[in-house]
Amino acid sequence: MPLETKIYQKENNLKISKLLNTVVSDMLSSRFLATQLAVRDIKAQYRQSYLGILWMFITPLATAFVWVFLNSTGTVKLTDTGVPYPVYAFSGTLIWAIIKEAINMPMASTNSARSILTKINFPKEALIVSGVFKLLFNSSVKVLLLIIFIFAFGIGFHWSLLWLPLTILAAVVFGVTLGLFLTPIGMLYTDVGKFINFALGFFMYITPVVYAIPKEGIMKTIMVWNPFTPFILTTRDLALGLPPEHLTYYAVLLLCCVPLLGLGLVFYRVSIPIIVERMSA
Amino acid sequence: MSNTIPSKSENEVLVKVEGLSKKFCKDLKTSLWYGVKDLLTGMGGNKNDRELRPKEFWAVKDVSFELRRGECLGLIGHNGAGKSTLLKILNGLINPDAGKVTIKGRVGALIELGAGFNPILSGRENIYNNGAVLGFSRKEITEKLDDIIAFSELEEFIDMPVQNYSSGMKVRLGFAVAAQMEPDVLIIDEVLAVGDVSFRMKCYNRINELLKEVAIIFVSHSMPQIAKLCTSAIMLRRGEVKANSNDISSVINQYFFDSNVESKELVSGSGKATLAKRNFDNSKLNVIEKGSTINLGFDLKIDLTTKYFSVRGIIYDKEFKGLLEINALHSGQFFKNENGLNNINISFINPLNHGDFTMTLVIFQVNEIGQITERLLRHESFFQFKSISGIGFDSYIPISVEANINHK
Repeated sequence: MPLETKIYQKENNLKISKLLNTVVSDMLSSRFLATQLAVRDIKAQYRQSYLGILWMFITPLATAFVWVFLNSTGTVKLTDTGVPYPVYAFSGTLIWAIIKEAINMPMASTNSARSILTKINFPKEALIVSGVFKLLFNSSVKVLLLIIFIFAFGIGFHWSLLWLPLTILAAVVFGVTLGLFLTPIGMLYTDVGKFINFALGFFMYITPVVYAIPKEGIMKTIMVWNPFTPFILTTRDLALGLPPEHLTYYAVLLLCCVPLLGLGLVFYRVSIPIIVERMSA
Repeated sequence: MSNTIPSKSENEVLVKVEGLSKKFCKDLKTSLWYGVKDLLTGMGGNKNDRELRPKEFWAVKDVSFELRRGECLGLIGHNGAGKSTLLKILNGLINPDAGKVTIKGRVGALIELGAGFNPILSGRENIYNNGAVLGFSRKEITEKLDDIIAFSELEEFIDMPVQNYSSGMKVRLGFAVAAQMEPDVLIIDEVLAVGDVSFRMKCYNRINELLKEVAIIFVSHSMPQIAKLCTSAIMLRRGEVKANSNDISSVINQYFFDSNVESKELVSGSGKATLAKRNFDNSKLNVIEKGSTINLGFDLKIDLTTKYFSVRGIIYDKEFKGLLEINALHSGQFFKNENGLNNINISFINPLNHGDFTMTLVIFQVNEIGQITERLLRHESFFQFKSISGIGFDSYIPISVEANINHK
């Protein structure tokens, strides 16, 4: 049996296709590590908490509640959404929370593995994959609550509900792709992480999360072009059984996401040694 | 896996390092900024020769060596010599700035034990976590689970959360998992310095077992360990190779003389006695041959309330283990404090083998019949010296005695 040979030198292997190949093969070979890390974190998270899973709903529920309150008291005047407003607001904040978590995930995962990154050589892709597992676990719990809402508010079952897992996955892929490009620099400067959260807090108001796109005006243009919009709208429309709008933009973004995700993973892989060097220097 | 390797390849080169260099930055802000630049140029391959940028230095410079199966290379050098950086490059954690490393086979690293442990989870669950990080599959871990628990000797506590383990227990569990690796190349960084003696012996035995089938790179500050395990040694100083030889004792010797003299002097006691003058210079390297006479003369100022006093000297090794004592009271000797200024001379024949030693001076106040009533002065590292025996570093045992050994 010939021994596997590793060569370390300063030049990076620049063929993207070759790099992508190693990324994929490392992802496959580190499935067990990724699952193990995800199970470890999920277990540890709930073993030390009484409220456990409840914490996942509290933020989106609270945001939704605030808007339901603002709307019902007439403090703000919102255009009619076509469905019971609480379901509209809750589904929006929930999908928004999933995207936000997805954007932050690669950086959070890498950061929490700091101590092993500087000491042990393991397939770094496992960090991302385990992060995706954790995201999907968290999201599926959230989606379950959303489905309960849908039935409780009398919208009931409809076939497009079956698309929901796929659209959630798409939202996760979109968020992770964005996050992957921000992670390397975010690992060097903590400013990046802080900026992301700041920017997302602001972005929520130009995305149809808790109110619909206005019929006209500058806000309409901004919202229509905002890349977050189709992910929120399409997911919500399918969940609530509304005819999905913005499908073309959604499809274009998804098509862009696939090569970008690959590129992001390659960028991440190439960046890790440079980051590890600065972490341990 | 090792069984399937044909005997022909017993002596194949597993690790080949050619002209390896790595630079580091001294300043954090600058370092982070260079990191951003490297990220961008890294995307373009960055094939240019790398020069030092401002505030950078070579942490590893032009290091080359080869290592075959069955060999063990000891890396020695003082703090900041570049040993850990070199290990990180060999382990593939960071990329070199020049040169090339070629490694054949599975690489195992004993750099951190218990990586991936989560403190909340039980020891058993953490075996899976740690094993996964080290590259085992679930099946492999399940098969080896009993062996791992047995090796760690933690049967009783294996279902307890790891946060309640003592640090020694965590290390045991970590090593027990790592000991299951079957690497071709093993990188060890001073992990063996922890744990109790019997467990440390167990670790050595495991490494010794592995030694025949793998190539080991071993970093340690403990010269006895290096002398015991290694077949060749490299001494690094500020990133450069200063010695590289199969003659371990000669490399250790160079390391031994490479150390800078740092004073560890520390004075405590009642303050009634002070050291006024010494007839030797403790700030420079004092090299003393084994068997020659050590002569230490010094002036002591002692408060006039003290009538009688006595002198004690204790010689410690580098790890601060007491080796020898010189005690005037053992022969009932004590002195009168006539006018507060006393000139004392201690002389003895140096019985010590190769090594670094320090002598601590203690001055007691005694009564008329030589019983200790007060400790006036304790002066740590009052005299620091290197002892050299004519035959070089042949033994890491500090003292040898001539004995009559008869053969009938």
